Amino acid sequence: MSTVSSKKSASRKVAQSNRLTRGGRINRNKPLKFSYNGKTYEGFEGDTLASALLANGVDIIGRSFKYSRPRGIFAAGAEEPNAIMQLGATEATQIPNVRATQQELFDGLVSNSVNGWPNADTDLMSYIGKAGGKMMPPGFYYKTFMYPESMWMTYEKYIRKAAGLGRAPAEWDPDTYDKMNHHCDVLVVGAGPAGLMAALTAARAGARVIIADEQQEFGGSLLHSADTIGGLPAAEWVKGIVTELQRYEDVLLLSRATVNGYHDHNFLTIHERRTDHLTDRAPLNMSRQRMHKVRAEWVILATGAHERPLVYANNDVPGNMLASAVSTYIRRYGVVPGNKLVLMTTNDDAYQTALDWKLAGRDVVAIVDTRANPTGALIEEARKLGIRLIPGSAVIDVEGGKRVHGAVCCSIDATGSKVTSGKEVLTCDTIASSGGWSPVVHLSCHTGSRPVWNDEIIGFVPGAAKEQRLCAGAVHGVYGLGKVLEDGVNAAQQAVAALKLNQPEVELPSTFEPVKSPAMALFYVPHVKPVSRAPKQFVDLQNDVTAGGIALATREGFESIEHVKRYTAMGFGTDQGKLGNINGMAIAAMTMGKTIAETGTTIFRPNYTPVTFGAVAGRDAGHLFDVKRFTAMHKWHVEQGAEFEDVGQWKRPWYYPKAGESMHDAVNRESKAVRDSVGILDASTLGKIDIQGPGAREFLNRIYTNAWAKLDVGKCRYGLMCHEDGMVFDDGVTSCLGDNHFLMTTTTGGAAGVMEWLELWHQTEWPELEVYFTSVTDHWSTLTISGPNSRKLLAELTSDIDLDKDTFKFMDWRAGTVAGVPARVFRISFTGELSYEINVQANYGLHVWEKLFEHGAKYNLTPYGTETMHVLRAEKGFIIVGQDTDGSVTPFDLNMGWAVGKNKPFSFLGQRGMQREDCVRDNRKQLVGLKCSDSSVVLPEGAQLVDNPKHPVPVPMLGHVTSSYYSPNLGHGVAMALIKGGLSRMGDKVYAPLRDGRVIEAEICSSVFLDPKGERQNV
Amino acid sequence: MLHIYCPYCGENRDQDEFKAKGEAHISRPLDPMGCTDQQWGDYMFFRKNPRGVHHEMWYHVAGCRKFFNMTRDTVTYRIYETYKMGEQPSVTAESLAGGQS
Repeated sequence: MSTVSSKKSASRKVAQSNRLTRGGRINRNKPLKFSYNGKTYEGFEGDTLASALLANGVDIIGRSFKYSRPRGIFAAGAEEPNAIMQLGATEATQIPNVRATQQELFDGLVSNSVNGWPNADTDLMSYIGKAGGKMMPPGFYYKTFMYPESMWMTYEKYIRKAAGLGRAPAEWDPDTYDKMNHHCDVLVVGAGPAGLMAALTAARAGARVIIADEQQEFGGSLLHSADTIGGLPAAEWVKGIVTELQRYEDVLLLSRATVNGYHDHNFLTIHERRTDHLTDRAPLNMSRQRMHKVRAEWVILATGAHERPLVYANNDVPGNMLASAVSTYIRRYGVVPGNKLVLMTTNDDAYQTALDWKLAGRDVVAIVDTRANPTGALIEEARKLGIRLIPGSAVIDVEGGKRVHGAVCCSIDATGSKVTSGKEVLTCDTIASSGGWSPVVHLSCHTGSRPVWNDEIIGFVPGAAKEQRLCAGAVHGVYGLGKVLEDGVNAAQQAVAALKLNQPEVELPSTFEPVKSPAMALFYVPHVKPVSRAPKQFVDLQNDVTAGGIALATREGFESIEHVKRYTAMGFGTDQGKLGNINGMAIAAMTMGKTIAETGTTIFRPNYTPVTFGAVAGRDAGHLFDVKRFTAMHKWHVEQGAEFEDVGQWKRPWYYPKAGESMHDAVNRESKAVRDSVGILDASTLGKIDIQGPGAREFLNRIYTNAWAKLDVGKCRYGLMCHEDGMVFDDGVTSCLGDNHFLMTTTTGGAAGVMEWLELWHQTEWPELEVYFTSVTDHWSTLTISGPNSRKLLAELTSDIDLDKDTFKFMDWRAGTVAGVPARVFRISFTGELSYEINVQANYGLHVWEKLFEHGAKYNLTPYGTETMHVLRAEKGFIIVGQDTDGSVTPFDLNMGWAVGKNKPFSFLGQRGMQREDCVRDNRKQLVGLKCSDSSVVLPEGAQLVDNPKHPVPVPMLGHVTSSYYSPNLGHGVAMALIKGGLSRMGDKVYAPLRDGRVIEAEICSSVFLDPKGERQNV
Repeated sequence: MLHIYCPYCGENRDQDEFKAKGEAHISRPLDPMGCTDQQWGDYMFFRKNPRGVHHEMWYHVAGCRKFFNMTRDTVTYRIYETYKMGEQPSVTAESLAGGQS
């Protein structure tokens, strides 16, 4: 008996009790061991986890999301709502939410159900669900746990524990994933009969073809079909087509590869699982999964159709299944998932399931057909086999809890809207249902096209194509094997014609088409009680959405189908409503008295099935997650034990701690060394842009706020850049290398943005200026020596640069040789000390750096990092764009009006902007210095400043602290702040009330704390 | 992901290589200081946001570093044309409405 696994008392069960001795595409000579919820089972090569579980008679594979009802395997493919598994033998290889129906079995596979507490067989939460659906209507969680709002976080923790699906691994994924880009003429999605014929036709025409299918083998429905094609069993015919396709060099066949996303301009993503079918962890040197990114000229969707289940009371009890899934398990896997079958159908196709069941030697109790007078070839065949047929009837309810025990059968009226006569209970353990077919339109929706209802096929078909997209087969409602094959050829021929290739010879193989009678449109099986009072009739099994819930939603005023979806959560699961959506929309339409065409459908978004994060990330993980940039001296910094700071993508030395030193100690030592003797900074990361051309000087005039007309060769100048709104966005020193040649430096983080800014204005507004920009950041190493002894040190390494203070002045630059290497030396300073920025070709950087240290020992040459650089510049009141500015600060706000040209003929960028009404008003926030009344205190950066901390809330805010450090050279904290009207409030006291309750008093002062006359850099 | 024809490179490239830069054909006033605050504000901040045909500026940042223009439908994402800086579009909302594309 198949319920054996759920009973502890069952001492020993027959292995694979549901496995047939013959048939199916499995290899009985290759048994595989696997575990499910801690128990070991056996299956065969060729099985999926689902077929192997069914073979072993496992009924319950999890608990439902909301009501914790026991659930069994329902389908056989991507549409499976219940059999969602946690896989993985180790913590690191855990994968949540894998559909057991799509997971191939391998030896040693470890699986667990994703929910159920304490376990899937006995779940405590189910008692809450059982106490009545009335207790948990749609919006239950919102309605119940809403108040008090502050408690939601507490409730949520327990709700998530009780519900939820799967869990992410707690350890680093040991496998690698990769990506591959492709271009092709024709991408065929799906390798069933339509897709195979389309690919064959396109391939014969010489097109570059990719054909992808989510299953391990090509063939789609043909892998379990009873049909013959061209006189061959369908699966044999498939083999022949695949063999031919493999011969073409320009045809790529991808199996285990799901086309998950259809993006704009025919860009599709394919998720290929390369090793998930082999082992728990990918074999050495093999990526586990691969994301193919395809740009296709033409796309042919041949995604087929999913069978639609019927909605009846207790249709979720294990043993309820899709009719076609039952056939699949029997024919493809040699597994009969029960002993006594009741089949309920609205159409002829599902009769095949009863035939398959009967031929497998098990008992078909009855076929319940909702149509009053079904006729057709398959129906005759069933009759011939002596199967009982109950027409004009439906299974309206199910008996059984953890497995079906009986089907309650009643007759219904011709439209299926009500029960017409008394019931008969059919004893059975399996109920297969079929409500017809729903085309798999998902991909057609991804770029925004809405599916269209088609009464004739009783389903939605893809809407008008925005892209060069064609459909073939069931996806747009073409049914019947012969027609499907022909449709595949037709679609490919259209693509071939558009591609201007020659039409190839393609002969359509012969097929047998049984005579069929029309199907009945039935989306909801009536119960003797009205929908609101009937036992639960499930529409969306994964999200526990019932017909009653949908009816309630429409009664509560949710009329748009998109609102119904969000209120009930229909279609929100990992299965994205593949099975339930159409029934749900039909039920919503029915309760509102509308047609399905009027109500419409929600649309599907990528991805079609869940994609692992690994596949999305590919190789962009770990140390390859982001680009890292290193200077030529990086190795030296590492050897000296530097701590690093990220500045943009650059790794910059932050400080160089000596043994036992704290960061504070190191920064104090470095800061003092610069002011007392000489320090050295690796400034290579500053952006450098080489600007050449006769228009270069005029261009600088327009881009910078200050004047460049008179800057002589050999001179440097500091400049501010503003956007058109007049706000500062970058600063730096630009040097005149020749009449038509300048070298611009930018902030480290702003380099790329400045480059774009220059190109933008040159290309779009001032193309008449002949000027060229080249990024040379990486070409030069910049070694900044700073401090009173820097001249003496440099003198030891150069013989051809005259360092005399009167000939090589502050803001001059000279070319020459340093440490035997051609160099440009700039006498500019970001510390306020005598400084030289030595620029050499990047690959000489380390050599010159080391030479400086050879000679620098006697001057206590000290390397310093970005933290000390910040302290030193703050002592001098030099700004850092992006720290002391935030995009709302003009040069005047920074007290840097001196850097704004007054008499420039061309209206430079920002000039008009900074004269807007709001930019010239009084009381703008202005950059000032702050000195704490208690000299031992260092203000926290970001602290808000107020005039009166005792003011009742809301307290008027004056501004905030932008930079703040301890200055070892001054022996107190130094800070800068943006304060309303700050420049006219020198000497005023302001207060910083802190989160910890302290209130810090500080005095507004000049932002230049050290050497206000600038004498130290002019020695 | 859009597939964009760079009029300078003469090739279709993935959107990854490009940056969208907003509405095209915004000209800087020739005499900024002669503009009123309102005129200057219009130039700086006010942009069209049409549903349908739009002319946009794009930047081939990971390619030739050229700015160019594009006529694109903001609903369907169809790109009607790309054209060089300084050129005028041949497709507009009006020309499409008049049936001449």
